[in-house]
Amino acid sequence: MTMDFMKDKPIYQQLVDLICGDIIRGSLKPGDRLPSVREYAVEAGVNANTMQRVYKELEQMDITETKRGQGTFVTENRERLAELREETMLGLVESFIHNMESLGFTQREMIEVLQSKERGE
Amino acid sequence: MITVEGIAKKYGKNSVLEDVSFTIPKGKIIGLAGENGSGKSTVLKIIAGVLESSNGSVKLDGTEVTRRSAERIAYLPDLDLFYPYFTGEELFHYYGSQFDDFHYDKACIVAQFLNIPLDVKIKKMSKGNRGRVKMAATLGREATYYLMDEPFSGFDPLVREDLIKGLIQFTDPETQSIFLSTHEIREVEPLLDGIIVLHNGKIVAQEEIENIREEYNQDTVTWLKKLLKEGDKVEQ
Repeated sequence: MTMDFMKDKPIYQQLVDLICGDIIRGSLKPGDRLPSVREYAVEAGVNANTMQRVYKELEQMDITETKRGQGTFVTENRERLAELREETMLGLVESFIHNMESLGFTQREMIEVLQSKERGE
Repeated sequence: MITVEGIAKKYGKNSVLEDVSFTIPKGKIIGLAGENGSGKSTVLKIIAGVLESSNGSVKLDGTEVTRRSAERIAYLPDLDLFYPYFTGEELFHYYGSQFDDFHYDKACIVAQFLNIPLDVKIKKMSKGNRGRVKMAATLGREATYYLMDEPFSGFDPLVREDLIKGLIQFTDPETQSIFLSTHEIREVEPLLDGIIVLHNGKIVAQEEIENIREEYNQDTVTWLKKLLKEGDKVEQ
């Protein structure tokens, strides 16, 4: 499958988010080996230079580690991964609040809806 | 690097290209976009050395292009009927006899990747398979530069996807550059590093794809449409 990309975000960024999502979801686990840049580029139908940039970015974020001659692996630093999960959640909540407030909903209203959801109403 | 400097092409009084200059850096995949008749094929033919420009120069790594430089450029023409009486296998042998950098084995691996039968005459192949066999023959060459004239045009999405994957799989982003003309910007965008836009025989923009997304918050199609619309307004 080649992928469909959103219009207003760089392609490399969307691929970074996708891989981070797989890690947070648990479909990629600490210590798992990622496909080679070429393999992943072919699978996603993106330029190998773009994929190279994705891998570089993930490594700079300390999400992955490259072992010489062996490939790229998801970090086994669980603290960093817990942090990634936290950062991602906060980011999503921030953007949710931002969208709601731009329509005039108050945080109080949001909390009430969330609480009633939690009670299964 | 390919350096195009001030090329122009006239047929009689009719000017097809005017003062076209750009560079294709090593290791990049660059798309050439523009409407029908904007001069895309003419630019590719001039770089490939199959057509002479009326003015200006094209250099490959600093050396002026001649018909002989075809040795370093793998050119995929925009022809549907490409050696119709050959089978795929015969086409590869013919390519082997014409180009020193052609590797029969590599072409067969690409053909296998693209799922094309090699014992069928090209004229008997489906349109999709004709496109695939042309791609396999072109990628069978270990050239520094690949020039492709509408390699994805007129194919259904599955064929296009195969061709794009083949291109990524069988070229080396460290040492090879690809310059291709295309109409299918939306589908091809993730394959490209950059884009050059031709309009009425002139270059109106050259940008990196990720830059367009980062700076203008737009995908390339939206950006391109706006650009061509504004260009027309200026001309009127």
